Amino acid sequence: MSYLDFILQHSPALIVAIPLLGAFLTPLVSKINNKVRNIFVILIILITTIIVLLLASDVFAGNIHTYVFGSKDLTLPIVRILFEVDAMSAFMAIIGSILLLVSVIYSWSFIDKNSGLDKYYTLVLLLAAGMFGMMLTGDMFNFFVFLEITSIASCALIAFWTNKGKSIEAAFKYIVISSLAALFVLFSIALLYGQYNALNIAVLGSVIQFSYLDKIALVLLIAALAMKAGIVPMHMWLPDAYGRAPSSVTLILIGATQASLYGVFRVCFTLYGNTINLSTASIGWIIVLLGLITMLIGVAMALIQSDFKRLIAFSAVAEIGFIFLGIGTGLTLIGNNQMFNLIGSTAMSGGIFHIINDSLDVGLLFLVAGAVYYATRETSLDKMGGLARNMKYTTIFFIIGLLAISGIPPMNGFASKLLIYESTFQLNPILSIIAILSSIMLLAVFIKVFHSIFLGPALPKFKEVKEVPKIMLFSMGIIATIIIFFGLFPDLIITNIIEPAVNGLINYEEYIRQVIPTFAGGF
Amino acid sequence: MEIFDSLLNTFETGSGFWNPIVWLVAIIIIFLIIYIVRGFGNKNYKKNTEQVKSFLSGNPEYEKEKMHIKGSNIYWGFTVSLKWIFDNLNKMHTENTSDYVLWFIVIISILFLVVGLI
Repeated sequence: MSYLDFILQHSPALIVAIPLLGAFLTPLVSKINNKVRNIFVILIILITTIIVLLLASDVFAGNIHTYVFGSKDLTLPIVRILFEVDAMSAFMAIIGSILLLVSVIYSWSFIDKNSGLDKYYTLVLLLAAGMFGMMLTGDMFNFFVFLEITSIASCALIAFWTNKGKSIEAAFKYIVISSLAALFVLFSIALLYGQYNALNIAVLGSVIQFSYLDKIALVLLIAALAMKAGIVPMHMWLPDAYGRAPSSVTLILIGATQASLYGVFRVCFTLYGNTINLSTASIGWIIVLLGLITMLIGVAMALIQSDFKRLIAFSAVAEIGFIFLGIGTGLTLIGNNQMFNLIGSTAMSGGIFHIINDSLDVGLLFLVAGAVYYATRETSLDKMGGLARNMKYTTIFFIIGLLAISGIPPMNGFASKLLIYESTFQLNPILSIIAILSSIMLLAVFIKVFHSIFLGPALPKFKEVKEVPKIMLFSMGIIATIIIFFGLFPDLIITNIIEPAVNGLINYEEYIRQVIPTFAGGF
Repeated sequence: MEIFDSLLNTFETGSGFWNPIVWLVAIIIIFLIIYIVRGFGNKNYKKNTEQVKSFLSGNPEYEKEKMHIKGSNIYWGFTVSLKWIFDNLNKMHTENTSDYVLWFIVIISILFLVVGLI
């Protein structure tokens, strides 16, 4: 067995273990000096990213990876934890690793003047471990544990600027909401465990009956994870948290939010996949409706904001609505093979493609907001203007982010939104009309930002403002390059990454068979 | 070579198609035409004279710093005409954690009703 095969075999464990080990080592490495610590953290995330890409390339080729902590004999009643990585999990892990890598590079300059950076980087790596754990685990209780790790690390990072009362308040709200969501997730897991004596997602998925208790567990899981994902009207913590955390942290929080979103989809498609004909049409319509409300309220609230970061946070809420709309449309039709092949699969592709596009577009805009704050110490749109003269590269990155989030061709957002518009139009034209309207309003929102911050005459108080350090520009450049690449070559991305992820999500039988080879599927 | 070919593939969306490369080429050609047409424009205007000043219906021009429209004033007409919507949305966003939990309970209740009826 070559080294590469060895790493590939143990990759699901390594992806979580390396950041976790790195988190505990970071305070020690910090004792040497700050530069060594920063390099150490970037190396940890870089190695993790390489392993994620290695694992993903194998998973996308059609090999689901199952990794057992404990006895490998699955028939023995021994306590064990199982990681199961299908294309959807690998796809989510790619998103998480890109965001993390860019965030730690950006952090080098962005927060270099702050104290307590050993704790900051420790928490970032803990958050990474928790986030990857949520995406890769095949065990419900383990999912809850990683959800808690992610929540606690996120809360501490949101409150990182402890001198600002608003940051502490946002962190408090975040931990209240996260604890509540986690408790409901735990209660749902207890309901399932009490009935089926199992915690493994595949095992539960193979025996689930859609009884009254299962219905209660489904409602609680969807509601709790949707709240963590920022679905309207449970989104109100999100502008507080995204708006008050340092921009480098917000970027990772986007990944953590997407991990909760992944949880909703894993529950609907895999855990309850076996009851698919009974429940999905209604659940699908609920998700579609939540998506529509999320889009409209998110974008309407963004339009009236005067704080740059809070405005982007509301736009991020609206973008999650697009994802819900696409995947909800797919879920609505999944019980009808003909309709699903005709419309549903396109909607699912659009929704899943939009997960990565949303992460990149919103992520880039938050980095721009961070750069503007770094240069001016200002986030209010009313107090800024004319910065394009001083910050040329940041302005270009903002324009790329603006075009991408508004779904303007040839950026990445256009390709995924096109799939969503087309498929939802065939399901019900009103859905796509609302989606297009929301997209137009998003464009209006960011044109307002562009005018307020970057255009207009040079203001005397910003005369001395200079462009941000090169390392921050480099971080923004990485995301901008991926955005343009995804936008110019959507077919390549859809064929090689998105379609395997869609198949991974809808083929719950394949996911279950990795653990229970005798599973036939259906009732 | 195969990778290069796949990069140029037209993206089939089910009911339509989308090729960003073709779009990009078209945009470049359009910009070239605009640039050429622009070249026919009158180049004889006098810089730094009244000719290049904006005309504000005879009103005096303020200093440039005072002419910048602030973020909150953009879309003023739109937000005022839909004031009732934005007022209600603002009322909904109380920034009070108890209300966040309340909305969570509301959604759980609705989901229970819908899923309970299946």
